[in-house]
Amino acid sequence: MDELVLRKVHIQDVVFGERTEVIDHVLRINREDLVRYLLEDRHLKSVEIKIARPGEKKRIIPVKDVLEPRAKLGGTHTTFPGFLGSAEPVGTGITSVLDGVAVVTCGRLVNFQEGLIDMAGPGAEFSLFSKKLNVVLVMEPVKDLGKYEHEEAVRIAGVKAAHYLGLAGNLATLDEETRYGVATWPEMENSYRGLPKVIYVDMVITQGLLHDNYIYGVNAQGSLPALLSPTELMDGAIVSGNCAAPCHKNTTYHQQNNPIVEDLLAEHGKTLTLLGVIAMPVRTALLDKERTCTQVLKMARFLGSQGAIVSEDGGGNPEADLMMLARLFEREKIKTVLVTDEYAGRDGASQGLADVTPQADAIVTNGNGNQYVILPPMDETIGHLEAIDVITGGHAGSLRSDGWIEMEIAGIMGSTVEVGSENLKTIAI
Amino acid sequence: MVKEIERVGLPAVQICAIVPIALTVGANRIVRAVAIPHPTGDPKLDKGEEIELRKKLLRTALMGLSSKIQEQTVFKSEDLHTGTVR
Amino acid sequence: MERMKVVHYLNQFFGQIGGEDKAGMPLQVKEGPVGVGQLIERESGGRLEVVRTIICGDNYAAENLEEVESIVLKWVSELRPDLFLAGPAFAAGRYGIACGTMCKAVQQKLGIPALSAMHASNPGVDAARKEIYILEAGDSTRDMKRVIPKMVSLAQKMIDRAPIGLPQEEGYFPRGIRINVRAEKRGSKRAVEMLLKKLRGEPFETELPLPQFDRVAPAPPIPDLSQAVIAMVTEGGIVPKGNPDRIEAHNASKYCKYFIGDVNDLTGESYQTAHGGYDPVYANEDPDRVLPLDAARLLEKERAFAKLYDYYYVTVGNVTAVASAARYGREIGEILLKDGVQGVILTST
Repeated sequence: MDELVLRKVHIQDVVFGERTEVIDHVLRINREDLVRYLLEDRHLKSVEIKIARPGEKKRIIPVKDVLEPRAKLGGTHTTFPGFLGSAEPVGTGITSVLDGVAVVTCGRLVNFQEGLIDMAGPGAEFSLFSKKLNVVLVMEPVKDLGKYEHEEAVRIAGVKAAHYLGLAGNLATLDEETRYGVATWPEMENSYRGLPKVIYVDMVITQGLLHDNYIYGVNAQGSLPALLSPTELMDGAIVSGNCAAPCHKNTTYHQQNNPIVEDLLAEHGKTLTLLGVIAMPVRTALLDKERTCTQVLKMARFLGSQGAIVSEDGGGNPEADLMMLARLFEREKIKTVLVTDEYAGRDGASQGLADVTPQADAIVTNGNGNQYVILPPMDETIGHLEAIDVITGGHAGSLRSDGWIEMEIAGIMGSTVEVGSENLKTIAI
Repeated sequence: MVKEIERVGLPAVQICAIVPIALTVGANRIVRAVAIPHPTGDPKLDKGEEIELRKKLLRTALMGLSSKIQEQTVFKSEDLHTGTVR
Repeated sequence: MERMKVVHYLNQFFGQIGGEDKAGMPLQVKEGPVGVGQLIERESGGRLEVVRTIICGDNYAAENLEEVESIVLKWVSELRPDLFLAGPAFAAGRYGIACGTMCKAVQQKLGIPALSAMHASNPGVDAARKEIYILEAGDSTRDMKRVIPKMVSLAQKMIDRAPIGLPQEEGYFPRGIRINVRAEKRGSKRAVEMLLKKLRGEPFETELPLPQFDRVAPAPPIPDLSQAVIAMVTEGGIVPKGNPDRIEAHNASKYCKYFIGDVNDLTGESYQTAHGGYDPVYANEDPDRVLPLDAARLLEKERAFAKLYDYYYVTVGNVTAVASAARYGREIGEILLKDGVQGVILTST
């Protein structure tokens, strides 16, 4: 059986230094070296690198994506396949992880779907990224760059930086190692007879600018669903180009550290068999939804799935896909759990999902994204504070004259993320 | 509304564009319409073709009304030749 | 012990006046408790004192809701009680709606805490659950012994401004308000655990109950179309030009019928759409695109069916107005059935 070895290096601080390396659990970054590397992309005019540590009174806005520094040790494949010169399949071999560090892409707004991260104060409770040592790339595009080119430039910069820093992990002593078996179908059949077979459907939205996802470097808009091994996600096979909305968009970090994958693997071989992950593109038109959902059903049936977990990416029309899958799966006796969040209005009284079906009888909710919060001013803003007035969750006047921010948690990165990384939940009263 | 009409004892068929919603709400007999702003029309066609399109949709609907069904059914014009409509 | 003043609303039956024969009786007031009110006093150990009981016939209340509400408000505000109770109404629908309406009015307009109890199927639940606490009761008086202590317990908490527990703890219907809380486990773990329970056939609880739409058994099909009278109905808002009956553009408050016995084709000169929810250009150019009258007449001539009903019914549809749509559908269905129609074709946008 193949395997993936995740070698985690626990990082306790990040500083700038002469060489990019990890020494005694401190990540040192050669700032000029990294900036030079990123500026090889002529679409970027400038890149500033800032560090935001947990507890510091810093606010990062507008955030496009978050990625975890990971790189392959040995072999010719790379993490984030398709972006760095190799598109070879990943998910096996050895991967170094700088645990505790996150790369945050920031800088001039591409579009209003971007989000906010507070490193301290009440806003920090809503995002796991407030507990990370964030290496923030504040990027300015060249003048008059189109939105698509801008989005692409910052996305690729994020991937490059995450890989670049991940390489430093290769030479560091590891703190924690986890091994994941990567079995073929016959191997699974032999090893796990009698255990219910489960499939994980990871919805990835593919609906245009700041609403796209990349599988092996390919924009998944025109793709049929892809069957992946759980470990491929760990190696960055899915890169997010999606920003809608900050609270419930699955960042690249959320895919690399997909908690549904982690929690299913914890039960794999014990109470269930995890057959694999189906990355499912989500489009707006009904015909496309029918096409993708029935393809997913076809794959799930072919694999003999008896149970499925389906997670959403974004909100609104993807709920039609959630319901369609629930109907298709349950009719074929595939027991299904949907994982989503809600927009139940500021008063919590609105119907939180755009579509319903009687077969959707097992739903996990990651909270109401409309919850209203008031955030105190921070000592430093990394990025552009005024963007709060236009981003999702904010509104004209969100930034008060006294420096406090009034907004919905919809604008806080990952606050209601639908792969279930957080423990926010909604209850009825 | 079709569900309530059917509940009274009258077969009722709904011609609508968003079929999943009709299914969710409980309509028993459904025919897919052309589009939301013109369920029984198509501005891209000329008048004569549009009327033919309407007749076809209505024939499908009539087939729906005269078919014995056990569960919610979406009737398609492709099935017309096997239906009971002349 | 300080006694808390309560005003209690009852219908003619629980008010010990009479049964269905007295359902038309107007409002009556009695000082002191009546029937159930005495049970409530006893259950509270005397702390709750029903100082006034308001009794109204179910039909009178149903037909004069506004008038009854304003009189009840007057009779309650005179006494300024600490609490207003209505019911329990169990499964009695007219009574439940009256209870819900009175409680809502007293609480919202007089600021006095109000509480009722009824069965889940009672339409009064949906009418008032968001605004007031409604305890879940059985469908008949057999549940009286169980529900009275629950009413008294919740009533005391409301009067004392003590913290009120979750719906499942106190026994009231979730008010349809959802709040964010922190769970012990992260969402993914809860999902895996829910799936394992579902796979094993063990009971589990969804975190997001969805509105359920019931299913209706299909009506018998039309046996012979060539003998059938067919009626057309539309939710697409097609009305005579000028919208003479003023059907609203969104979530209409009514439906209308229009004579088409002598019409073979709907044209933009004589008809239009009143529906505000879709681009009206195509429908206004040719209303047959929403209500296909021209094609229906052609099929009628070809004897695809016997006759097109002389009227069509119209409203402006909207998925959220489920309750109104259900009522319109029922009423239209009953009228058409009585008039010899055998099948209905409904178009919606």
